[in-house]
Formats: sequence, structure tokens, C-alpha cells
Amino acid sequence: MSRDPSKNREQFRPESHENDHFLLTTIVGSYPKPKWLNRAKELSEDDDSKFTADHLEEAYDDACEVITHEHERAGLDTVVDGEMRRNEMVEFFAHRIDGYEFNGPVKVWGHNYFNKPSVADEVAYDEPWLVDEFEFTTNVAEKPVKVPITGPYTLANWSFNEAYETEEELAYDLADLVNEEIEKLVEAGARYIQIDEPALATTPDDHAIVGECLERIVADIPEEIRIGLHVCYGDYSRIYPELNDYPIDEFDVELCNGDYEQIDVFTEPEFEPDLALGVVDAHTAEVEPVEEIKENIKQGLKVVPPEKLTISPDCGLKLLPRDIAYGKMENMVKAAREVEQELDAGEIDLDVPVAKAD
Amino acid sequence: MSELVATTPGLFPLPDWAKDQLSDLKGHQKGDLISGDESDAIVAAYDEAREEVIGDQLDAGLDRVVEGQLRWDDNLAHPLTVHENVETGGIVRYYDNNNFYRDPRVTGDLTFSGDVAAELEKASEAIDGEAALQAVLPGPYSLADLASDEHYGDEAEFLDAVGDFLAEEVEAFPAHETLFLNEPSLVENAPGEDTDALASEVIDRVADATDADVVVNTYWGALDEKVYAHLMDADVDAIGFDFVAGDREQTLYNINEYGTKSDIALGLVDGQNTLVESPETVRERVDWVQEQVASQDFETTYVTSNTELFYLPVNKAQEKLAVLAEAASLNEVKA
Repeated sequence: MSRDPSKNREQFRPESHENDHFLLTTIVGSYPKPKWLNRAKELSEDDDSKFTADHLEEAYDDACEVITHEHERAGLDTVVDGEMRRNEMVEFFAHRIDGYEFNGPVKVWGHNYFNKPSVADEVAYDEPWLVDEFEFTTNVAEKPVKVPITGPYTLANWSFNEAYETEEELAYDLADLVNEEIEKLVEAGARYIQIDEPALATTPDDHAIVGECLERIVADIPEEIRIGLHVCYGDYSRIYPELNDYPIDEFDVELCNGDYEQIDVFTEPEFEPDLALGVVDAHTAEVEPVEEIKENIKQGLKVVPPEKLTISPDCGLKLLPRDIAYGKMENMVKAAREVEQELDAGEIDLDVPVAKAD
Repeated sequence: MSELVATTPGLFPLPDWAKDQLSDLKGHQKGDLISGDESDAIVAAYDEAREEVIGDQLDAGLDRVVEGQLRWDDNLAHPLTVHENVETGGIVRYYDNNNFYRDPRVTGDLTFSGDVAAELEKASEAIDGEAALQAVLPGPYSLADLASDEHYGDEAEFLDAVGDFLAEEVEAFPAHETLFLNEPSLVENAPGEDTDALASEVIDRVADATDADVVVNTYWGALDEKVYAHLMDADVDAIGFDFVAGDREQTLYNINEYGTKSDIALGLVDGQNTLVESPETVRERVDWVQEQVASQDFETTYVTSNTELFYLPVNKAQEKLAVLAEAASLNEVKA
């Protein structure tokens, strides 16, 4: 069954929060990289340049600080460093896990490639993956920092499996490593962890494997730690209501891109974890107006009451121009605060939060 | 004793230098992909890459050499996405993989194109008689399944038109020893009652357009019994079976229950995993299949990877070519 999100949600309410209602605002994780960071990376790979790996580390630190502050300026209640240090969501972790090796890029589509790693041997925990970057970000941030981690099912499913009898066994071993990492992050002060499992959307029949992975991930993680699960671009009727059994505090899902056609999937039976609802589209380069986002937020109220609703973009924003990404966050926060005020004033009918089309 | 022929179902990974060079020349967006009217610089890069993968196959000692289909940005959907009466729509998922292609929206008559024939002419020149050329196409059912019809308006009529289109393309091919028709959709999205007979009829029509041996290659599992029974009506030389992906029981049941063609293609090397099989293991699997199908001796057994090879990094794809060639030649030593 789902964890008890009421045990950890309130810690993210800012002291200065003006409304009685509190719609927790957050972002999924990735964010457009500053152009100078890409330039710094190119320089560090150029043998003729005097730019060293240390210089690049400094550039990463600078980028994380800039983006964390950008998130704070947009008014988000919880922030991320924009995943400035990560090139890709599987590759980054595969480099840090023993047992993985890289053979070269493979095609995803057209000329878009991915260094799909191979699991050539049993996976093992070596050094912490994210503790250093969390400590850095939390030191520069004034708001609580959320840590996104690619989930074990996706790490298994998006790799070549040479070493395990089944992908399921690989996923469970990886889940134990994710658990170890989360324990270290918690020790370092992290209070909000998000497990990203986009591969679940492509193979929904494996929802029970993801469930077992989550059981391993949250083993011995205290209830004041908020554990989210992000999935995107799937057919949710194939994993609901099964996901009510997942041991998570929050389910983060994109639905703005599909115009909330699937929102009703989650209304019956009652939704158990908190819902982190995507209210701005990560794949359109126009900033949605505040009024439109408010209507999107109200879609979430069809599924959960306000005290269980988190507000988020559909997915990582990294493919957008940076000014558009910022505009979306800023409007998203404004919309959330206005909906809170309307809720405080009793102006929203929670039984029918969204006006019928006709 | 069956003759073992080492081959592949085509669609190779681009050499890494070509991945870089061509993404710089073409770009990363939907509109930047191959449309059939590429610049001289792009043509030259593909020519060089084609020669390289043909060289790899000759070096490995494969019995059939394919063009490599390096230009096929849209995987098996390519013959339509470059067609003048087809518009490319959104990016859609390629079967159950983490791969995508542009949705070909057919908006007009599927007239003769000649795009694949032109590639094969170049391949034939590059091979220069050193080995036998194998042409590779999507089977008509899979090609229709991968596309969206906005012109013919009826599933059967559309499938029929795709069959005619592919047959005409094949007629323009230079001399080739074998034609592989990849038909994964027969497994992944099997035809229903209204189209299962027609699916085989159009395969037959495409096969009829060449004097070469025709292999209908199926993968990602076993064929539904009824689909297999219909497929056996098509006048082709071999059906290809995936012995990597599972459902082997069903595949063996189909073969033993309905018989199969005088030749057979065995997908024994995993086209989607970097773990490289040993030639001895592959050879044992050939023998194992033959033991399971005791009632039939095959004239020719094609030893191949189950799927296209573009899922793999280049080094592993190359290693697998050598394994296929060696596995097939182990037999010749023993025979």
C-alpha cells in the first residue's frame, strides 16, 4: 500500500506561505543547460584547450547554483539543480555502478543516439552517486532540494543485459543499490526523493516488477522522507489501480500533453498516494497563461483533495529554450497560489472542480 | 545435410564516424531526416559508410551480403517515408522498442519509386562479385502496419496497394541471390480474420516479382497458428523464425503441425543484446532445431540474427557477423 504522505508533506510549506491551502510546487528535474556550460564541456574535451576537468567541475557547480536560484526565483517550494551534471538519465548512473560497460552509441531515432550501456557483470555499489551534488545544491539553496534518481526498472530495461538470467533479477539488484544510495542521501539531509521510471510507460505489463523494486527501494526509509515516482507518456489504465499498492508518497505524471484525456482513469477507485500533476507541457515552446494552468490544476482536484495535490510540469524541461522553461515555472507557481486563494475563499467546488464542457 | 548460409536481416548500425558526420550534415530534427533528395555531401558519406559495412560482411565471411540500409532513418518504414506521395507525421514508437520513426502518412497513390533499387545498384558495385547480394525489404503487411493510410481508405485496399508497390520496387532491383522480407508485424500485430489471407497473398505477389530465393522473416515471438497456416500458402522459399525471443514451443508446434518450406531461416543470434554468442553455441542451436523438426530436411538453412542489427553498438554488430559466418562454416568442416 501507499506510504503516508501526510507525514512528510508539511515540511515543504514555506514559513512565508500566505494561504491556508498549500499546493506543493515542484519540478520533475532536468532543465535547459546554460549555453556556456555546453561550451565549457566542449572545451574540456578538446586536447588543445587549456580547460581542464577541474575547470569543468567548477562550471558544473556554477550551473547548478544558477539553476537552483532560477527555480527559487520562479517561486517553487522545492527545487532541483536542473540535473546540470547529467548527460542522460541512464548513462549517468551506469558510469557510477560497477558491472556496467559501454560499447558505443545506438540509435534512438534519426540521428539521435544514446550510449546504451551493457550490464556485463553483477551490479555493485561503488561510490555514492549523488551525495556530493546534493550537498552542493542544498548548501546554495534556500528551499528544500528534491533529488531525482533514475529507477532500477528503467536502468535495467534501457541497458543490454548480458549478465542476468532475467531483466527482473537485474532490476531487483539495481533496486537494492538505489536503496543504498537513498540511505546515504537521507543521511546527508535529503527529504524529497523522486524515482524516475519512464520505462514503465513502455512496458506497463511489468508493473508488478516496478512494485517489487519500490518495496526494496523504500526498505527502512523513514516516513518523514517523501518518496515520489515519476512516469510519463503511458497508458495509465494499464497500471491503475495497481499503482495504489506502490509504497510511494506521491505519483508524478504528465497529463497536460494529452489534454487530461486520461484524468478519469485515476478517479475510481480512490487515489491513494498524493498526486503530482503535470500542469504545463514540456514539449510545447509556448508559456501557458496563468488562467489556463489554473484550469489544469483543477483537473487534479478531480482525483485528490488539495492537501494531496502537488503541482509540477509534465516532465523534465531540458528540451525547451531556457526563457520558456522559466516562464512556464513562474506561471505555474502563480497559478498554484491563485488556486490556493480561491480554495481559501471557498470559490472552488471540490465536488465538481472543473466546469463541464457544455 | 542442409546447406548452412550465414546472413542477416539487414538494417545495420551506422559506423560511428558516419553517425557524427551525418548528424552534422543533416541535423537532429524530424525534417532533417532522409527524404530521397539528399545533398552530394550526404550521398558521399552514405556511399563511404555502405562500402565499409559491405567490407565488414565480406571480411566476416557471410554467405549473403546486404546493402546495410544505413540511409533508413525510419527503420523498416523507409520505403514509404521517402515516397513522393507520403508525408511524414509525428515520431512514433517502433514496435515495443525504445526506438522511434516518423509516421508515414500515405496521401496519394503508391507509385513506383526506385529508391531501394538505387541503393542495391551501389551495393552490387561495391560487392563486385565477391559474394552474393541479398536484398532486404519490409514485408508488405509490416510496411502497411507501420504506416497511416490517408488515401486508400480501406485496410484491405491499402495492404493491396502496398503489396503492388513493393512488387514493382523488387522488379527494378539488380540481380540478387536472396530477398529477405522482414515481417515482424505478423507477430506483433497479427492480421485479423479479414486480412490474414490477403497478408499472405500480397507477400506472394512481392515474392513473384523476383527470381531470387525469398525468405519471409518473422520475429519478436511466434506466429499465431492461423497466421502461420495462411503464410504457408504464400509461394516463398523459406520462412524465418525467431529462436531468441521466446515462444519456441509455439514456433515448433507451427512447424511440426503445418510443415514449413523446403528452406528455413533461423534467428539464433540476438540482434538486441551485446552479449556475443559463441559460434559453437549457434551451431548447436541449428542442430537442436533440426532435431525438433525431425520430419523435415531442409535444403538450405539460413543462419541469421533474429532482428535487424541497428539496435547494437557497431563493435558488437561486427562481432556477431563473425559469429554467424563461423557458425555456418563449422558445419562445412564437419560435413
